[in-house]
Amino acid sequence: MTDLPTTHINLKGVLSGSAPTVARADHSEGMSYLQSVPRRLVTLYLPLGIIVFVLLFPFYWMALTSVKPDEQLLDMETYSPFWTWNPTFKHFYKLLFESHYPMWLWNTMYVAVGATILSITASVLAAYAIVRLRYKGANLVGGLIFLAYLVPPSILFIPLATVVFQYGLFDSPMALILTYPTILIPFSTWLLMGYFKTIPFELEECALIDGASRWQILIKIVLPLAVPGLISAFIFCFTLCWNEFIYALTFLQSTQNKTVPVAIVNEFVDGDVYRWGSLMAGALAGSLPLVILYAFFVEHYVSAMTGAVKE
Amino acid sequence: MADIALTPAKAKAEIREATAWDQVKHNRNWLGFWFMMPAMAFLIFFLAYPLGLGIWLSFTDTKIGRVGQFIALENYEWLWDDAIFWLSVFNTLLYTFVASAIKFGIGLYLALLLNEHMPFKAILRAAVLIPFIVPTVLSALAFWWIFDSQFSIISWSLRHLGLIDHNINFLGDPTWARICVIFANIWRGVPFVAITLLAGLQTVSPSLYEAATLDGATRWQMFRHITYPLLTPIIAVVMTFSVLFTFTDFQLIWAMTRGGPVNATHLMATLSYQRAIIAGQLGEGAAISSAMIPFLLAAIMVSWFGLQRRKWQQGENND
Repeated sequence: MTDLPTTHINLKGVLSGSAPTVARADHSEGMSYLQSVPRRLVTLYLPLGIIVFVLLFPFYWMALTSVKPDEQLLDMETYSPFWTWNPTFKHFYKLLFESHYPMWLWNTMYVAVGATILSITASVLAAYAIVRLRYKGANLVGGLIFLAYLVPPSILFIPLATVVFQYGLFDSPMALILTYPTILIPFSTWLLMGYFKTIPFELEECALIDGASRWQILIKIVLPLAVPGLISAFIFCFTLCWNEFIYALTFLQSTQNKTVPVAIVNEFVDGDVYRWGSLMAGALAGSLPLVILYAFFVEHYVSAMTGAVKE
Repeated sequence: MADIALTPAKAKAEIREATAWDQVKHNRNWLGFWFMMPAMAFLIFFLAYPLGLGIWLSFTDTKIGRVGQFIALENYEWLWDDAIFWLSVFNTLLYTFVASAIKFGIGLYLALLLNEHMPFKAILRAAVLIPFIVPTVLSALAFWWIFDSQFSIISWSLRHLGLIDHNINFLGDPTWARICVIFANIWRGVPFVAITLLAGLQTVSPSLYEAATLDGATRWQMFRHITYPLLTPIIAVVMTFSVLFTFTDFQLIWAMTRGGPVNATHLMATLSYQRAIIAGQLGEGAAISSAMIPFLLAAIMVSWFGLQRRKWQQGENND
């Protein structure tokens, strides 16, 4: 099923490097043999090493700080700051058993899953209608949805706050579950439109002749074929929800309702000089679920990211 | 016999006219309407309506917990004379231009490097994208710690290398604070630019480079006359997104500096949050965020013409 000729296949090769892209199929070596080893060292490995070091250093630093004992954190002269020989899980312990952290994690997960499922359902229907039903004005609606993608949350949060307040949703997770789809639907509709276009029309015609309704076609034929696209959309939406900050900051007030990013910024930042250990432990624990998810679905993630831009 | 003659008439009765209900169930326009409904409901109630409401609010003196009166352009007149507002506009433009330009430069360079053949390519490419995956606020906190005034690892390293003799006050000094937030933004944005451009690079056929090499082209000429022209359409789209999201950035600043020191890193988004939610002046905050719309429209126009150009390059019927 996954080896249907889709336009996204070449994108999946982006990370693996070895996937047969159109360009690479016959020349796997390229012309790199024309360059000598010392030259490659200077023009390729050195700059690449520096950039990758800078990109990854903050995570190393985050992880190291979260396991350093307090006295080593602030005393940079007696201990080398770049390593620790006696790691401690004190900060994580404090995080898990002496704060609301598990609850914040649960809130974030609940909101992210809820908003993602709502958005994907709405987007599947919308994308199918735009690509395959081709009702009057479908192209216009497609264009409008793309425009909606370009409306950033930072100009919407003030009026949305009043709307949320009017509907009585203030300080409840429902406020986020209902507002996040405005960020997710345009993106995932656009992505799924690309996937649906690649599914052969003949399959649907056969089903129509056999008497299937549009709904049955969508559920039994189109969706099973679009599973890679659905996974991509799901992962990307989930990441965006987890990442979202300004709505969560504005719409939630009580400590136990907050999501991880907001809670860490607001609740952990006190006057304590020793806060850094638990702050970094919190940041690390909040990033890990996404990094693990990403590790399993790298290719889907990249195809979502590049697919949405390319369509 | 008479029975047989009657049968066709009976069968005919079963074929009935299409009722209004059938129309609603099978007509493609009606079906389209039903299928579009959930998505449209979300986008109308939580996107289009608030967008309009925000512009309306900017013409009123609404405060938190109090319905406002229509006061026409008073909010904008007030902002026109507000030095902090103009400072935030300046900061936003500076932040957007500097960060986007450097993101583009480093992103393109990184994409070209990653496109080469080398060992551990797959792992390297996956690792590069991590800054983009991790929630911005959480990595901003890591930067906050890295740029700490007393315990900064950068100050420590520079001091031990003998380059400086006392710690740099990274987030306390206006110029340094600007450099730091721009750096953090670049750090977060480069992976996105690099990986999307890499996807574009992989569609360029190597035979073009081979032909150019036979003709004696230098590496720069190959880049300038093969890679760059073929990448232009995707560059246009990626940079529009990059500019758009840098311009409306909020979380990075809020987690690192909250607009300080002395408003040196206040962007329009953070200033509108501060005025609207913290100070409770919803109308004034809405005016600040509505003031971002013209800039966003300009960015969208650039994107539009970028896409038009792609169509023009590839022929009209290309999807």
